[in-house]
Amino acid sequence: MKLFAYEKTSDVSDAIKKTSNSDTAQQGAKIRFVAGGTTLLDLMKLSVETPDSLVDINRLPLDKIETTSDGGLKIGALVRNSDLANHPYVKSHFPVLSEALLSGASAQLRNMATTGGNLLQRTRCVYFRDTAYACNKREPGSGCPAIEGENRTLAILGTSDSCIATNPSDMNVALTALEATIVINGPGGERAVAIDDFYTLPGSTPHIENVLKPGDLITHVLVKAMPAGSKSVYLKLRDRASYEFALASAAVIVQVDAGKVSRARIALGGVGTKPWRAIEAEKSITGSAATPENFRKAAEEALRNAKPQSQNKFKIELSKRCLSHALKLATTS
Amino acid sequence: MPATQDKSNSPVGREMKRIDGPLKVTGNATYTSDHNFPGMLYAVPVGATIANGTITKLDTTDAEKMPGVKGIFHRANIGKLFRVAPNSDFNAFSDEDRPPFEDDVIRYYGQYVAVAVAETFEQATAAAQAVKVAYSEKKPNVEKQLTADTKVKVESERGDAQKAFDAATIKLDATYVTPAETHNVIELHSSVAVFDGTAFTLYETTQGVVNHRNVLCQVLGVEPEQVKVISKFLGSGFGSKITPWPQSAVAAALARKLRKPIKIVISRKMAFHAAGHRPRTQQRVRISADSNGKLTSLQHDYLNHTSLLDDYKENCGECTKYLYSCPNLRITTALSRRHIGTPTSMRGPGAVPGLFATESALDELAIKLKMDPLQLRLLNEPQKDEDLNIPFASRHLIECYKTGADKFGWSKRDPKIGSMKRDGLTLGWGMAGAAWIAERFPAEATVELRNDGTAKVATGTQDIGTGTYTVLAQILADKVGLSIDKCEVVLGDSSLPPGPLSGGSMATASLIPAVSKAAEKAIGTLLNAAIKTPGAKYFGVDQKDMKYTEGRVHKKDEPASAGLSFQQVLDSGNFKFILGKGSSPSTFGGKPESSKHSYGAHFVEVTWQEEIARLRVSRVVTVIDAGKIINPKAGRNQIEGAVVMGIGMALFEHTNYEPTKGAPLNSNLADYILAVNADVPNLEVHFLEYENKDLNEYGARGIGEIGLAGFAAATANAVHHATGIRIRELPIRIEDLLADV
Repeated sequence: MKLFAYEKTSDVSDAIKKTSNSDTAQQGAKIRFVAGGTTLLDLMKLSVETPDSLVDINRLPLDKIETTSDGGLKIGALVRNSDLANHPYVKSHFPVLSEALLSGASAQLRNMATTGGNLLQRTRCVYFRDTAYACNKREPGSGCPAIEGENRTLAILGTSDSCIATNPSDMNVALTALEATIVINGPGGERAVAIDDFYTLPGSTPHIENVLKPGDLITHVLVKAMPAGSKSVYLKLRDRASYEFALASAAVIVQVDAGKVSRARIALGGVGTKPWRAIEAEKSITGSAATPENFRKAAEEALRNAKPQSQNKFKIELSKRCLSHALKLATTS
Repeated sequence: MPATQDKSNSPVGREMKRIDGPLKVTGNATYTSDHNFPGMLYAVPVGATIANGTITKLDTTDAEKMPGVKGIFHRANIGKLFRVAPNSDFNAFSDEDRPPFEDDVIRYYGQYVAVAVAETFEQATAAAQAVKVAYSEKKPNVEKQLTADTKVKVESERGDAQKAFDAATIKLDATYVTPAETHNVIELHSSVAVFDGTAFTLYETTQGVVNHRNVLCQVLGVEPEQVKVISKFLGSGFGSKITPWPQSAVAAALARKLRKPIKIVISRKMAFHAAGHRPRTQQRVRISADSNGKLTSLQHDYLNHTSLLDDYKENCGECTKYLYSCPNLRITTALSRRHIGTPTSMRGPGAVPGLFATESALDELAIKLKMDPLQLRLLNEPQKDEDLNIPFASRHLIECYKTGADKFGWSKRDPKIGSMKRDGLTLGWGMAGAAWIAERFPAEATVELRNDGTAKVATGTQDIGTGTYTVLAQILADKVGLSIDKCEVVLGDSSLPPGPLSGGSMATASLIPAVSKAAEKAIGTLLNAAIKTPGAKYFGVDQKDMKYTEGRVHKKDEPASAGLSFQQVLDSGNFKFILGKGSSPSTFGGKPESSKHSYGAHFVEVTWQEEIARLRVSRVVTVIDAGKIINPKAGRNQIEGAVVMGIGMALFEHTNYEPTKGAPLNSNLADYILAVNADVPNLEVHFLEYENKDLNEYGARGIGEIGLAGFAAATANAVHHATGIRIRELPIRIEDLLADV
């Protein structure tokens, strides 16, 4: 672990000023914000991240969960995963978000991890985390041993010749289905970005994972109320029953009228290089009868462009079953 | 002499809480890395980042200049370290025989090439990372497919197995594979070494303080009297702490070199490199039966990987020889060399991977015979050990099967694949048998009766977390007739009378005769003191008229209550304590008169939810025939823990060596998947307590490893029953169950 400077701040504009010269949220940033530290400190111990300085933002006034006048949520970036998951209004009105959060990590990690930090959670690709290996995400241009190597848990959607790393988050999958908005404050002022536009595909620049620019600080996440009558489910499939990243997960929010799906929002986890919004599946199922055959058809659509690697072909079928079953659960609950 | 007349008061066989429990839950149990000394320095090894090649340059310039760094040590400057001389005993053996830094050849990823020493752990870690190593690198061989690199050796043979196999119509020829597994003990391997200019005190986390001492004195080139090994509490070992690993010799060598106490705690990642593992096995089983289900032949040809340095054999054929009646049998073995660190014992070495193969094969054969797999086992129960041609000392395997079947509800099993359902889930029911050795290591112990009314037993063994402290307190309490709170147990110090390794589930059985004899000696000496102390109550009485009952000395013709407490006897003679020594020999070597093993049966239910490809172990019944259980609470805990490990072995665990660099890629607890609490279903454990006295007077054998033996096969058999898919390579993964899609 490299020596680094550490400072605290309790003011948003001060935080932005302190970091305006660094890609705070991209690989190799020289200055980084630190909140829960559940990803960043691990990566620093592994020498995967080697910032010169950390700006501790835990004292910023961004730790509130507020309900908006239209029944939505305004979640401060520093709200801890466990607080968000167990918030009564979140549990009653956004169960998909609560379920996703509680399926992730362990109680100890959830007590530390923050909403903003989880949005920026890094991949668990073993090559990214081990500096003995090349990795285009860690060292641009060095190569990707995962493509020919150990790729059982890696992505099948949104991959490129440079990178097949999976986005490991559960929360982000639920937020993608909820069409959340990320509120960012930065040197140029405040802006709001739809979650699906927040993440970038790896392409030839896998070290850039999102649209954050130097000095940008995530301050809030906005979530609109689910339409009345919506049902939601977060389903996570993995080898063991707890404390493991998803091999495949699905967040679904559906409305059924007279036996037909009238609205669907679907996101997939564990299979994409970013939290994967499955627009094709939404289109396929919307207007169709809520039947197992149609759920499977929607799942086929969602995975139509999946590109498997040597060890993860099974994830295509697993993801299809995951989505089909999540739709079944949501429409029969 | 029986210690107590009234056995109803004996704590042996009772559920007892651990006497060391309060120390552990309050954080007051001192583990190796809890030891700190003034001036102590921290050492962090530098591991090779190749698995095959040589070091061409070791550049320590930058690292040496870093804050707090006291030096970077390696082959050229750490001082001479020696190999352990070959020996046939179990009291001075190592697995990795090459001492650290012996040459510049790299034979596995993570092999120590240097060690950084600094004032703090963080400084030493930073310095270790700053050491620059250049290598001449060659492609490593970590190939999973195993081929024999050593001469194929026939381990056991009777009849003509190949001829019988060829002649059979009902037969199976299948190859089973178990992967490399890493022990992943909670307490990482660590060493704190103190050198006083002459002698070493080594605080270690070891399953054998005496073995560790006997190895380290050779490696350091000093006399045994100059090395003392302390290991009071362990955060488990599972075999990975039976023999010393390189960090121990490095810590001691640095302590000698720098004349400062040295602490090394290796990382979780390093524990995947240079602290042993269960090797990969590849086992071909050929088995045949007549149409009635009687076995006509059994061939078990197995290979395991080992390192370039050592000939570690995973004894997969151990149970095959005697588990079933079969006139024609042949077992062969050979090693396959890989650029991987030296393997070692992991819970139930040999039997555990071996039984995965043979107990799976029996299930497959039963299906070919259209016979219940339990029935096939009952049909082939041997009347004697057909390998050694001697009787079984105590074998109740059939009762294990029948009891387990009864508790599990096996008679309700519909053999049709996928036919059994519950709550929308498909059920799979599988079963398998288990066996494990029952032997004794040599052991010595002392028992003291003290003038404060307490007793103490001391022996150079250690409690790896299984409950040895408590079990010895129970045995001592029984032998001297005191309550357990008056019994002290002293372990974990190589200067004590040599005790057994905590290995092979043999510590308890090994210690019973030694402790018993020591107690008898102490009591005899006490009676002698009672009659020889002038002026005392029993002065001049013939010793054969004296008796000891539950802590009291009295004449045979009077009740114990009329006599003296042993405290009074000690006080009247002005003795602080009276001591007895006891020892008992090993049961290894020579031709045994009886075939001694423990047995068991596992019945496993899995649930299979095909629509989401979710497999879970949902119910387990395990029956164990391991003789008298000294402490059923600790005993059940051992078996339950083994079954949980079995769930991990069956479904999750494997160490994944990456082919280009030969590194274990999943070298952390997030990527090396073990069973967690949520994976553990209702576990039912039953003990059959037949007190065969061949090993000791209580009829106790070992427990622990037997609980893992056979479990993975029972699970794979259950998975087949649920899905129709036969998994012959562990772990059973989701992709295996989706393979036909």
